[in-house]
Amino acid sequence: MRLLTHNMLSSNIKGVTNGFPLRIEVEKVVEKQVDLNPDFLRSMFSKIDWKALVHAARSIGYSELPDEADPSMLDSDDFLRRFHHALLQLHLEEGALICPETGRRFPVNKGIPNMLLHEDEV
Amino acid sequence: MSSRPELQAPPEIFYDDDEARKYTSSSRIIKIQSELTERALELLALPDDGVPRLLLDIGCGSGLSGETLSEKGHEWIGLDISQSMLNVALEREVEGDLLLGDMGQGLGFRPGVIDGAISISAIQWLCNADKSSHDPRRRLKAFFGSLYRCLARGARAVLQVYPENIDQRVLILNFAMLAGFSGGVVVDYPHSAKKRKEYLVLTCGPPSVSKSVPEEDGESCSDDESSGDDENQTVCVSDRHRPRKKQRMMKKGKGREWVLKKKEQMRRRGNDVPADTKYTARKRKARF
Repeated sequence: MRLLTHNMLSSNIKGVTNGFPLRIEVEKVVEKQVDLNPDFLRSMFSKIDWKALVHAARSIGYSELPDEADPSMLDSDDFLRRFHHALLQLHLEEGALICPETGRRFPVNKGIPNMLLHEDEV
Repeated sequence: MSSRPELQAPPEIFYDDDEARKYTSSSRIIKIQSELTERALELLALPDDGVPRLLLDIGCGSGLSGETLSEKGHEWIGLDISQSMLNVALEREVEGDLLLGDMGQGLGFRPGVIDGAISISAIQWLCNADKSSHDPRRRLKAFFGSLYRCLARGARAVLQVYPENIDQRVLILNFAMLAGFSGGVVVDYPHSAKKRKEYLVLTCGPPSVSKSVPEEDGESCSDDESSGDDENQTVCVSDRHRPRKKQRMMKKGKGREWVLKKKEQMRRRGNDVPADTKYTARKRKARF
């Protein structure tokens, strides 16, 4: 699972009002090469919750993202490269996602988070 | 009718390792899936500016439709309930991210972040109650509600479905409209029972935001059924309730004689039955 997906996911448990961002528990992270597409990054930037992305990237061991970002930084190649790397190239392969409100653990196996809820959580 | 997978087993059971294997080996399935996806993408009517979008594939299975999305350059997130199918997707090294999840439990995404959603032959599963805790209506409501929330304003969802009958289609459409979607049904090949394909084309927000439906191919002979469907809805709904409604309208119920006869019958069987009085089978007051 890429951080792009992590940035969109929120906990879906009944009664949870703020299920975002899910905390990340890391066992294994892999890197995959993906072509950089500046257009996609620019169009995604407004949808990304930057704080959550920086935090998530740190928790899986990539700390080269700036704390704050604004759209003007999208002109810098260096920034785009880092943004791209954090968003699309780092995959959480094994670990877990933790709901920030309830502490419920969603295991991640082979890069696939198991988001199935128990019957009493629906 | 037993050829419908929905009637055989719940999706996470039906799509086991064997069934999932079929999806990698059958070129026919692969061809159909990619054609359906191409058509769904066409109906999604994304702006033609070459910018990749973030799309959602609901019921992505082994990622066949995802591959078509990747070919067009889009990023996608796939959701499926069958671990076996997702394992096949992993083997195929699809480019999108995969989630193991149940669409009937609602999609857990932040509001307004997804640029479009497609789903190929999956939504009709929601009409089944595979566990005692499953209520199709509640699951449809959760699904469409959460889909509406996570789509960006003006974004579209194109859901290819195989409804079992008119009632199912009406049920699905009703819940889509209830969630706030506008849109209707596009039917390809309406003349052929086998080739017939239905797509729910739903727009998030008022219809004015949506772009025009793309031109149909000459040979696919499609037509927009949204207006015709309204008719179907009323007809079939009244059909379903007519017997009960009639009874209520007559207001007489079965009558005192019938009740006395039944009580006598029960007495003869030796059951403990209250005595007959002047109150027996008398209608209750409206307020009590």
